Amino acid sequence: MEKFEKLTGIAAPLDLVNIDTDMIIPKQYLKTIKREGLGVNLFDEMRYDQDGNENPDFVLNKPAYRETQILVAGDNFGCGSSREHAPWAIKDFGIRCVIAPSFADIFFNNCFKNGILPIPLPQEQVDILMKDAEKGANARMTVDLENQTITTSDGVEIAFEVDPFRKHCLLEGLDDIGLTLNKATAIDGFESKMAQDRPWV
Amino acid sequence: MTGKTLYDKLWDAHLVDQAEDGTCLLYIDRHLVHEVTSPQAFEGLRMSGRTVRAPEKTIAVPDHNVPTTEGRETKIDNEESRIQVEALDKNARDFGVVYYPVSDIRQGIVHIVGPEQGWTLPGMTVVCGDSHTATHGAFGALAHGIGTSEVEHVLATQTLIQKKSKNMKVEITGTLPPGVTAKDITLAVIGKTGTAGGTGYVIEYCGEAIRALSMEGRMTVCNMAIEGGARAGLIAPDDTTFDYVKGRPHAPKGAQWEAALTWWKTLKSDDNAHWDKVVTIRAEDIAPVVTWGTSPEDVLPITGTVPAPGDFQGGKVEAARRSLDYMGLKPGTPLTEIKVDAVFIGSCTNGRIEDLRAAAEILKGKTLAPGVRGMVVPGSGLVRAQAEEEGLDKVFTEAGFEWRLAGCSMCLGMNPDQLAPGERCAATSNRNFEGRMGRGGRTHLMSPVMAAAAAVTGHLTDVRELLAETV
Ligand code: SF4
Repeated sequence: MEKFEKLTGIAAPLDLVNIDTDMIIPKQYLKTIKREGLGVNLFDEMRYDQDGNENPDFVLNKPAYRETQILVAGDNFGCGSSREHAPWAIKDFGIRCVIAPSFADIFFNNCFKNGILPIPLPQEQVDILMKDAEKGANARMTVDLENQTITTSDGVEIAFEVDPFRKHCLLEGLDDIGLTLNKATAIDGFESKMAQDRPWV
Repeated sequence: MTGKTLYDKLWDAHLVDQAEDGTCLLYIDRHLVHEVTSPQAFEGLRMSGRTVRAPEKTIAVPDHNVPTTEGRETKIDNEESRIQVEALDKNARDFGVVYYPVSDIRQGIVHIVGPEQGWTLPGMTVVCGDSHTATHGAFGALAHGIGTSEVEHVLATQTLIQKKSKNMKVEITGTLPPGVTAKDITLAVIGKTGTAGGTGYVIEYCGEAIRALSMEGRMTVCNMAIEGGARAGLIAPDDTTFDYVKGRPHAPKGAQWEAALTWWKTLKSDDNAHWDKVVTIRAEDIAPVVTWGTSPEDVLPITGTVPAPGDFQGGKVEAARRSLDYMGLKPGTPLTEIKVDAVFIGSCTNGRIEDLRAAAEILKGKTLAPGVRGMVVPGSGLVRAQAEEEGLDKVFTEAGFEWRLAGCSMCLGMNPDQLAPGERCAATSNRNFEGRMGRGGRTHLMSPVMAAAAAVTGHLTDVRELLAETV
């Protein structure tokens, strides 16, 4: 998994509550065989009209936000279906960090599995960041996972909480598989014992 | 000291590591793979430069998307389906896993191929990115479905991160009456416990009526454990199991067979084991059942009538109203008056040779009722070949059924086999969800003999009446 240490980039404001995974990536894109490539359809129904043309009013279509790496959003982000395609689409677009007052549980977990840092913050702090994000391309925000701080373009620093184990995994780029592979000796040991006890397996 | 359940024993035998918070790492003996839930997992391996840890324990077969008509080796019309099948071809080749392509006579539904080839053995852990992996529990193997991230995890590490479930015992006492089958047992259990009744549990099925079932019947029972919400279903292995397994291509031979047998015989729950929940049903109380709604728990004996929403409580009232509306049924209608347009015999629940024999027995010398279309889809190429050797295909085709190639087919309609909107089907599969067999299609779940009976009369029918005629 890709490491997450310190990220300085464009933050996009998406001031909507209850953004569900259907809005993040609609179901017609689930028949794919890839994790990548979903970025073009991120927020598909808000981003494009019926004929597939870009909706110029949608934030990610504005010139200032095409390179967005941080998303600042409303309450209960990622609710609805458990599809892992939602974090896949966010990541594929290039967004590595989502900041919101709260997140749906499964989506929150899926983010960490895919190298994305979701940060829940009190509404007042999200409001500050939302304002900062509205400044567009010239205003770069910094998310520092090691020190657990977000710094706005004009230097305001906001601290955030993160589960120590998950922080460790993101900093080191460890996914579940990486972690299990750390136990390779135990797996090797189990296999050699099994070769003796149950050789027919 | 309390004894252990079969589940406890299987768990302990596969425990690689246990963390302080109770999270465990379980070793996986067999990983079954199909084309729909595996592409991103293989892709993940490629992106991170990882390999499949145990390709010889990983068995891949396309089944969900494949058409069941001739010519499919060279051409699959639906592009998305074709891409998924081609991706499996490539992944199987690139990573060197065991593979049965559509051109191979051994191809079929993954849950039928595994046992048939002797990949599934007693005492194993078996996983697949598919919820009906529960089927393999019939061998006394701990078997359950997993998600795509977990598929990748198993491919890379041959282990799975798990927390232990609770133990539930489902005992079926006595002897099944004539015309009542394994499918009726499993539907009756879900009817009693509800679709969430098994949530958090691993079920062990036991009792005389379970012991008396063939392996095919036991697989039918375990297949639907998931429909009751359980993580897995289990049946302790016995002589029926050992006889079925012996001589299969990948079953142990010689001295290894003897060693395996010695261990397999210890795989049963101790008399003093602790059960978190016990359900007992008398086999004599089970009648041939059918579903009337859009959840597998919507089960009634064929002698019943369509219920009214007011017969239920809580959230189920609204659910029943919606179901009845979708199914186009009126409360109070006798179930036997419900006319069918189609009959589907197949799926991982009832696509094995014994199922086809049972259906053919009812259909022999009879024909489909006017206006009813019928489709038989064997669970694997080998089941199909065996059926042809026994002349069952003739019975079906002479009755007016289509005789198809192996695959999931209409069970989930990801391939061209689908119900039309409003079309009503007597089906031997396992899910009657809205739109499952095709948008707007209406599914009544039942056993193969009950489906055959409906085919002959054109409406839901108590198969025992047809049996009485033949005697
Ligand atoms: S036959 Fe149906 S239930 Fe079984 S694996 Fe195929 S789609 Fe799933």
